[in-house]
Amino acid sequence: MLDGGEGTAAATPQPLEWKFSQVFGERTAGEEVQEVDIISAIEFDRTGDHLATGDRGGRVVLFERTDAKDHGGHRKDLEMMDYSISRHPEFRYKTEFQSHEPEFDYLKSLEIEEKINKIRWCQTANGALFLLSSNDKTIKFWKVQEKKVKKICDFYVDLSRAMGNGPVVCSSMSTSSKPCMENGGCNDSPFGYTSIETSLPSGGIPSLCLPVVNSHETSLVAKCRRIYAHAHDYHINSISNNSDGETFISADDLRINLWNLEISNQSFNIVDVKPANMEDLTEVITSAEFHPTHCNMLAYSSSRGSIRLIDMRQSALCDTHSKLFEEQEVPASRSFFTEIIASISDIKFAKDGRYILSRDYMTLKLWDINMDSGPVATFQVHENLRPKLCDLYENDSIFDKFECCLSGDGLHVATGSYSNMFRVFGCSEGSTEATTLEASKNPIRRQVQTPTRPSKSLGPLPRVLRRGADTSGVDVNGSAFDFATKLLHLSWHPTENLLACAASNSLYMYYA
Amino acid sequence: MAMIDEPLYPIAVLIDELKNEDIQLRLNSIRRLSTIARALGDERTRKELIPFLSENNDDDDEVLLAMAEELGVFIPYVGGVEFANVLLPPLETLCTVEETCVRDKAVESLCRIGAQMREQDLVEYFIPLVKRLAAGEWFTARVSSCGLFHIAYPSAPETLKTELRTIYSQLCQDDMPMVRRSAATNLGKFAATVEAAYLKTDIMSIFEDLTQDDQDSVRLLAVEGCAALGKLLEPQDCVAHILPVIVNFSQDKSWRVRYMVANQLYELCEAVGPEPTRSDLVPAYVRLLRDNEAEVRIAAAGKVTKFCRILSPELAIQHILPCVKELSTDSSQHVRSALASVIMGMAPVLGKDATIEQLLPIFLSLLKDEFPDVRLNIISKLDQVNQVIGIDLLSQSLLPAIVELAEDRHWRVRLAIIEYIPLLASQLGVGFFDDKLGALCMQWLKDKVYSIRDAAANNVKRLAEEFGPEWAMQHIIPQVLDMINNPHYLYRMTILHAISLLAPVMGPEITCSKLLPVVINASKDRVPNIKFNVAKVLQSLIPIVDQSVVEKSIRPCLVELSEDPDVDVRFFATQALQSSDQVMMST
Repeated sequence: MLDGGEGTAAATPQPLEWKFSQVFGERTAGEEVQEVDIISAIEFDRTGDHLATGDRGGRVVLFERTDAKDHGGHRKDLEMMDYSISRHPEFRYKTEFQSHEPEFDYLKSLEIEEKINKIRWCQTANGALFLLSSNDKTIKFWKVQEKKVKKICDFYVDLSRAMGNGPVVCSSMSTSSKPCMENGGCNDSPFGYTSIETSLPSGGIPSLCLPVVNSHETSLVAKCRRIYAHAHDYHINSISNNSDGETFISADDLRINLWNLEISNQSFNIVDVKPANMEDLTEVITSAEFHPTHCNMLAYSSSRGSIRLIDMRQSALCDTHSKLFEEQEVPASRSFFTEIIASISDIKFAKDGRYILSRDYMTLKLWDINMDSGPVATFQVHENLRPKLCDLYENDSIFDKFECCLSGDGLHVATGSYSNMFRVFGCSEGSTEATTLEASKNPIRRQVQTPTRPSKSLGPLPRVLRRGADTSGVDVNGSAFDFATKLLHLSWHPTENLLACAASNSLYMYYA
Repeated sequence: MAMIDEPLYPIAVLIDELKNEDIQLRLNSIRRLSTIARALGDERTRKELIPFLSENNDDDDEVLLAMAEELGVFIPYVGGVEFANVLLPPLETLCTVEETCVRDKAVESLCRIGAQMREQDLVEYFIPLVKRLAAGEWFTARVSSCGLFHIAYPSAPETLKTELRTIYSQLCQDDMPMVRRSAATNLGKFAATVEAAYLKTDIMSIFEDLTQDDQDSVRLLAVEGCAALGKLLEPQDCVAHILPVIVNFSQDKSWRVRYMVANQLYELCEAVGPEPTRSDLVPAYVRLLRDNEAEVRIAAAGKVTKFCRILSPELAIQHILPCVKELSTDSSQHVRSALASVIMGMAPVLGKDATIEQLLPIFLSLLKDEFPDVRLNIISKLDQVNQVIGIDLLSQSLLPAIVELAEDRHWRVRLAIIEYIPLLASQLGVGFFDDKLGALCMQWLKDKVYSIRDAAANNVKRLAEEFGPEWAMQHIIPQVLDMINNPHYLYRMTILHAISLLAPVMGPEITCSKLLPVVINASKDRVPNIKFNVAKVLQSLIPIVDQSVVEKSIRPCLVELSEDPDVDVRFFATQALQSSDQVMMST
């Protein structure tokens, strides 16, 4: 991660040069965006060969990588292969399906939106793709698979009924059975359905033949395998798979439940932060994720800016955390907004599981799970908005939940911002990389390379970085931030420098 | 294509429906695959039906599951054991599907077929299949392969045996936790087929790898393997290889692993012998009984009796009993509840003195537990207590507990205790019952909750069965019949229900003299619901009483009811009349 692999740490890494790769669902000028088309979740699968997006209309759209397909061979080899193709990854639309429908909870008189909150990929098997998708209340387990389109050419009974059931092709099997029919000794006694078995001749009845199935085409079929429902009183904010391949968690504002993928009618509550009296409520769970390799560890973040690491081995109810990560706020800088902007909107484990990236309203923070005294690095995402917090509070933008992501090698982190911009930071030691890009066909237009200042040490930690602070409240082009267009969701390809980000209803991809 | 002979039509439909659009019809066809096979005959089943099934395997899981199940018993339809191998290809494909239950069923069927196959066929067809699955590209195939080794191994020649052991050990180190879990699950079965020499070397090293897996879910299953392997090994080997592992597991960081140990530990005691049990397993078990995690204590408490049965009474009194005492006041109600459900089984192990001195106080404190489940669990095992401490000692403490449960504000608790009343009655005997419980039984007939009244009526019947009609005439019938005058019609209805249940037990004489007049009288009730219930009860009495009584009192009453202004009353009265006509005709 921070130390990188061999050699990478020594050489100062070059900042990534981001280039536009692809866009899906680009808006034409003047086109109005339909609410239901706005992308609300985005996720690469573990191999990076597939990408899924979910939208407010409850649909899940899958994309597949086109360029890596030619390699053939075992999937395992592909994963291992350190291929260096000059071409960047390219994706194409694969399929889409309606995952959730709007519902109404009659007991609580609540409308349940169909909006997809989270998508998580599960273990692939037999070429079928599996994923979990969740709206506010219900998680569904989907299987997407190529199915043969069946054409049954040789319906036996329908022939005798003279019912036209598509073209009747005489197959080789039925013709070959013809001679048998002629000398076939059939039982003449009238038998009903139940008496058949007792009266069958030992040699079988030659005049019968099996239907012939021809299938040339295949089509992708998405099938809902399981529905995990009725386990959340509050809105589900995250789902996360365990490395054991058989369990996952779902988290709402106050509770985290543990499920077995195969069992949809029961789950175990493992974290419950609901106080006996709701008036005592001081913080809610905002995000939760399993450790990528340790099956017993999971982290969850709270609205007060803390991250708790819990060990499921310790007890069945994990109300006590084993580690707490939070940054002490400098008392002088306290204001009305301090608590609001401290709320963590997203956390992600780095691939190796040693680091956790968290996003609060103003910053990205990188934590080493072995160091709970403070983050190892802090990246200012939009410090420039600080004077405007009052406006942002008025128009509720201050409650926007931005996601964050790490690159597969753990050397870069990225998160979204307003005006369809997103920022990428280098987090290897000594890196001063801080890039701002716009989700458009010309991402560089808004790129800001902030003059690198020596990282000011803000405490006892020499490794703390603070940089990337834009000084003005106005972006480079001089235009004010557009709070209506925000880039909340983005995902980093697991092995390559490829970012997929959702700007409203469009999916943009960039590579470096 | 020729027309089908009319009689074959049903089978032809069945065959066509193998490919119907409607899944229900496909399922139906697959379930009757044996019929289809018999219609086609052995040879065409082998040459056409089985290949057809192998090709058409991207169906819905329900259909695949049914197919996997049917193929398991298909040997007679392909021409007997010498052709059993033709069944392997379709099942092999089913072993690779993603749905676990289909795979499991396919493995089960393969095992069933493999167990019948001739040895040379196993070598020629079955073992290569196992190897193919074990080398499968997708984890699903590898998961399935683990469950087939115990069938393949015994008939393999020496070189193949070595290879199979190597493959199994590779499966135990697979990248996918699912495969390792399957390997751990099936290790016991496989080990049972492996020669003793390799058991100690190859299998034990596999086992040790699994016990150190970093996935909790794999280690959990390795715990299960402990007991199975322990039984296969010689006691001294078991002490050398399994004992340290299980003792380690009992102190594992993960509570789920300790939970499994708590569940399995007693099974290992026999395998290791008495001395290591005393020196190692008892301390381990005591630790589990005092575990920090309530779930572990629940599991351990639930095995207290089974564990004590293996130990000598001294050991049990010295080591286990103090823990049991602690558990009886555990902070978790579920721990106490688990303890309550098994604690009485300890009585025979400890003997009368220790039971009265040490166990009884625990038992009594559990009987006064604030949590109803705990009390109920104790009461449900009453027969075991009675044998040891005798009824007098028991009755003093039991009654308050029963009374309290009988009046619990949760109706489910009341329902549970009612269901134990016949058991109590048979244990405690008539004398005790008359004084104390009779009143309670009557009180339940007037409960606010229907289910309780319903259960109470049933209870009255079962008591009458237990103690006989004479006793019932004295202690049940008068009280029950009294209540027919209750001002609330729902209670009167309960009584009618009770009467209809009691009548067969009491016999025709008492029914005619005592019960019937009450019912006839109730037909004058002002509530229509009562009246049509009268009609129903009368209908149920017809077979019990004498024909003359039917003619004299039942039919006139029914005729009157059949002219009632209320439509429901008329309906049930007419129904009853019709049934009485039928009874008459048949006699």
